[in-house]
Amino acid sequence: MLPSSGRLRRSPNGRASRVRRCLAMIGVGLLLASGAAAPVGMLAPQAAFAVNPDEVLADPALEARARALSAGLRCLVCQNQSIDDSNADLARDLRLLVRQRLAAGDTDEQVIAYLVDRYGDFVLLRPPLQWDTMLLWAAPAAILLAGVAAAWLATRRSGRREVERLDAAEEAALAKAVDGELR
Amino acid sequence: MIVETGHYALILALSLALIQSVLPLVGARIGDARMMETGRSTAVGGFLLLALSFTALVVAYGTSDFSVLNVFANSHSQQPLIYKLTATWGNHEGSMLLWVLILGFFGALVAAFGRDLPESLRANVLSVQAWITSAFLLFILTTSNPFTRLVPTPPEGQDLNPILQDIGLAIHPPLLYLGYVGFSIAFSFAVAALIDGRVDAAWARWVRPWTLAAWIFLTCGIAVGSYWAYYELGWGGWWFWDPVENASFMPWLSGTALLHSALVMEKRSALKIWTILLAILTFSLSLLGTFLVRSGVLTSVHAFATDPARGVFILAILCLFIGGSLALFALRASSLETGGLFAPISREGSLVLNNLFLTTAAATVLIGTLYPLFLDVLGGAKISVGAPFFNLTFGPLMVPLLFAVPFGPLLAWKRGDLLGAAQRLYAAAGAALLAVILVIAFTRGVAVLAALGIGLSAWLMVGSFVDLWERANFRRAGFRIGLSRLAGLPRSAFGTAIAHFGLGATLLGIVGASAFGTEVITTMKPGDTVAAGGYEIRFEGLSQRTGPNFTAEVGTFRLMRGNAESGTLESSRRLYTARQMPTTEAGIRTRLFSQLYLSLGDADANGGATVVRIWHKPLVTLIWLGALVMAGGGIVSLADRRLRIGAPARRRHGKAKPAGATA
Repeated sequence: MLPSSGRLRRSPNGRASRVRRCLAMIGVGLLLASGAAAPVGMLAPQAAFAVNPDEVLADPALEARARALSAGLRCLVCQNQSIDDSNADLARDLRLLVRQRLAAGDTDEQVIAYLVDRYGDFVLLRPPLQWDTMLLWAAPAAILLAGVAAAWLATRRSGRREVERLDAAEEAALAKAVDGELR
Repeated sequence: MIVETGHYALILALSLALIQSVLPLVGARIGDARMMETGRSTAVGGFLLLALSFTALVVAYGTSDFSVLNVFANSHSQQPLIYKLTATWGNHEGSMLLWVLILGFFGALVAAFGRDLPESLRANVLSVQAWITSAFLLFILTTSNPFTRLVPTPPEGQDLNPILQDIGLAIHPPLLYLGYVGFSIAFSFAVAALIDGRVDAAWARWVRPWTLAAWIFLTCGIAVGSYWAYYELGWGGWWFWDPVENASFMPWLSGTALLHSALVMEKRSALKIWTILLAILTFSLSLLGTFLVRSGVLTSVHAFATDPARGVFILAILCLFIGGSLALFALRASSLETGGLFAPISREGSLVLNNLFLTTAAATVLIGTLYPLFLDVLGGAKISVGAPFFNLTFGPLMVPLLFAVPFGPLLAWKRGDLLGAAQRLYAAAGAALLAVILVIAFTRGVAVLAALGIGLSAWLMVGSFVDLWERANFRRAGFRIGLSRLAGLPRSAFGTAIAHFGLGATLLGIVGASAFGTEVITTMKPGDTVAAGGYEIRFEGLSQRTGPNFTAEVGTFRLMRGNAESGTLESSRRLYTARQMPTTEAGIRTRLFSQLYLSLGDADANGGATVVRIWHKPLVTLIWLGALVMAGGGIVSLADRRLRIGAPARRRHGKAKPAGATA
């Protein structure tokens, strides 16, 4: 099931070029973050030789699971990038690791548990729901509800204002004043 | 000499900005027309000085003057001239200068075109604008001077970061900044209104075109940035929920909300307080974006802590302006007169709904972006918040909003008829249903969600034009009268329809590319053929090429569609010699709205084989075309007569006593 070593292919100048490229990429990340021009997409590294043909598992169902899992796992040395997108050596190692575990018969949950055990929650692009991420996960709904409540209160208040305007006593006073003017 | 002139002009601009920060404001307080008038000349003068300063830097870049540290670090004599020039803003110092230049530009526009503004309002606006200019000029002069000299002069520069040597990234920052900074006008108007203690429909009528213009630029800027990321980064992703992207997206979301709430304020003088708050928040998010990108805090909290000079300065600016304006808001907002009652089901109500969802979405992006930072600073666990989180939270917030869009323009002001609106949307509902059925019938194994997504975009695209259709009344009035009626409708109605249509197109592109895209990753030897996206793709081989400042390995592919030749496609790997940095140049073939995207992976040792990644992305170009259509809608709306003449006719003369409480 594992990618056979015979199919593992290296670029002409091999590992050295890969390392250099990865370093260059991290360099780009730092440089961009510290102040290059363009905000959009800035932190994404510039080239992605992500999943390589030699990594692909023979079983398409297993490979699909591997891809889905990879998309949710962070390349730890990259800027906010999943191991599925990154060509850093570490990302490659993790991709192979994920495939190894899957091939060994792990469930998706077991693979994730294995990685979290090794690298911490940092490896998950989708943070787990726990006490210190409670605020994060609750925020969208809480804010929306607060907004709805505020809007509702505001309409009620303005509704009351409308009622006040039609207040009988005020009406009488107004009528009297108008009468006074007319008289 | 030119460089020193630029530096000197920058210092002069700061002094003018300081004068402008005080005199017009005091003039407005004591009702001195001459003092108020200084705002206009200092704004125009300051802008000219900034333009001079910026030009000096551009000249230094154009002539490859490596005695300037900034030019040395970001340019190379062999760069093509265009990238020599655009390198001016391809770095921290230069882009901050561009930021301030645009700030000055908008200030000068207010000074030049604000003749019809009430004098005290104009004076206050210009002063507030000058506070921002002063703060950022101080920042540039003390921590990020682009004019610093380097002794001795190095013979050659270090080259601009290769991935910035691209036309997309050449125009992306100016567009984005025109958007970011353009929101400063709305901010200045809001603060000026709070200082003045009064705000009326005329205020909204003034703020709306500025906001709209900024929004148009920001929309284009984000679209260009996204397309650049798509073709340059080499794996066909177009949005990454990266903090830096989020930094530009948050002001866009709240700016969009502001556009809509300003509409309510202009037409019905309701939502005044909220609109003012939103104007403050939108520019605050722009400032926050600037802080996030410029301070390096995103790379790591610790990197930020070890070299904090710039970060702390921007953080101080951030706190001063956001905190100050919010405090002022808290103090004065209650004194603003509210007005314009409306029922929940009404045009106003629908715009409130729009604001609810857009601001919640902006807040969600904000919290998602900053949460890992906060946890880290508080010494908590290190977590990542990435695309899966945003897809899970942002998506569900957008669906109800997008569903509601076609209803908005069909509801009457004050009290609308929801059922009536729904009845008039039958065509849109039919189109949506048809789209869902067609998608399910003609594709295999597609998720129901994707079909619903396509249906939603059909609903949006058809629904956007229902308002125009109804108002022209083709059915009863006949074609000719209908047409003349259509011609008589205000342009803003067309703007709304076009922009909403663009939104639907973008949605269609997003759903199409993410749900129906296919991918092939393989190793190809010359002569190999692979089928992808309806093409037969034959790899012809690799060849070496030399560019002005890079060498390239170009893969040539011959495309066949059916049995017909369909030309060749080139995809390359470049190595920029000065920095020894590789980039990919994807080969892209566009067919109607879909694209075949081919990028080269690692080359293989034996016989010129190479890893090839091929994606077929159906409808993908609609993502950006839709954004451009949205911006186009904005432009049409901006051309509306009301906005052009726009300015309030009423002119309060001279002694605009600070009216205070309930003016």
